[in-house]
Amino acid sequence: MSTASTVRSGGWRLDSHERAALFDPLLVNNPIGVQVLGICSALAVTTRMDKALVLSIGVVLVTVLANLAVSLIRERVPTSIRIIVMLAIIASLVIVFDQVLKATMYELSLELSVFVGLIITNCIVMGRAEGFAMNNPPRLSMLDGLGNGLGYALVLMLVAFTRELLGAGKLFGVTVLPLVKDGGWYMPNGLMLLAPSALFIIAGLIWALRTWKPQLQEKD
Amino acid sequence: MEHYINLGLKAMFLENMALAYFLGMCSLLACSKKVDTAIGLGLAVVFVQVLTVPLNNLMLHYLLAEGALTWISPALASVDLSFLSFILFIATIAAATQVVEMAVDRYAPGLYNTLGVFLPLIAVNCVILGGSLFMQERDYSFPESVVFGVSSGAGFAIAIIALAAIREKLTYANVPAGLRGLGITFVSAGLMSLAFMVFSGIQL
Repeated sequence: MSTASTVRSGGWRLDSHERAALFDPLLVNNPIGVQVLGICSALAVTTRMDKALVLSIGVVLVTVLANLAVSLIRERVPTSIRIIVMLAIIASLVIVFDQVLKATMYELSLELSVFVGLIITNCIVMGRAEGFAMNNPPRLSMLDGLGNGLGYALVLMLVAFTRELLGAGKLFGVTVLPLVKDGGWYMPNGLMLLAPSALFIIAGLIWALRTWKPQLQEKD
Repeated sequence: MEHYINLGLKAMFLENMALAYFLGMCSLLACSKKVDTAIGLGLAVVFVQVLTVPLNNLMLHYLLAEGALTWISPALASVDLSFLSFILFIATIAAATQVVEMAVDRYAPGLYNTLGVFLPLIAVNCVILGGSLFMQERDYSFPESVVFGVSSGAGFAIAIIALAAIREKLTYANVPAGLRGLGITFVSAGLMSLAFMVFSGIQL
């Protein structure tokens, strides 16, 4: 990744570096499908779309703000203590998000339980702060954080969409496919609500992505 | 006693950190190419987990929870600092990993050569932070937290070693090009997760 510190930019127009930072992570360089980051904490919440959406919003906000903060202080932090400084920044941001969530959506925050706290150790946040924001100016870092957060959210929402639709016949809690037990026609696939299905769906997504873009295939 | 055995078995098999909660997926996928590396990482996780979960349990009960500060002065009985748990837990974990790394380096150089690379990585491993957060959410007592630390760490170690063994065998398989590497690892982990679900029939 070349440094773009000499690129002057302003206003709402994005130059080519900024566009790359924002849009590449969505598909071509997707954090989950390609960089293998951040699968850790979030798969368990993909049984329902509303849970996945709230967690995605959390990850996007934390990634953007953490990248901004790290990028602003990148020249003043000694490299030997940078990890702990980043952890402190990220943990503070997650605490704020957690408190807001508890104050506004208490029921949902109980269901998400420990997974909000686990945004701290989500490899995407740490990986982008360490790998990108430490070497790049604030505006570019924010866009990179936004792009990666959205790339992550995209995969999470796709998995949640498949699991909720096939597992419970619902989307965002609204019945789309009426179930047999309620007098409808759809027989739900119980596996979709269990943990292993998330892994199979991600495997399928990766397979599809790598068939579409063969240069991503591994040569081992 | 029975209570602790049940708790241990539950954390190791029924609620396996890696296969039921998807915690530590990054290292599960990245460090499971060889059995040797997997054993190293598994041991390091058990090691750090045993230290940090009870340590964070003490932190919680003597610093953070409501009324925990009464040992300083009775006037502080109404102070509830538990919203600070994330930042304090992660600080404890980072510090404990650092101390463990230095101690292992000084007193057990052989072990350090096996674990060395993984110890710093573990500070940001979801299993470790997840263990402490589950401990807080389920309100474990100190002895319970020790048992939970050992068995949840061991559960992760079992999962990563078994996955590494499967992946070593998979080298000889003819996998479709798009699934090679990451994709087939996800499928294997999914099948393992399915296999671990047989334990959920056990009544404890």
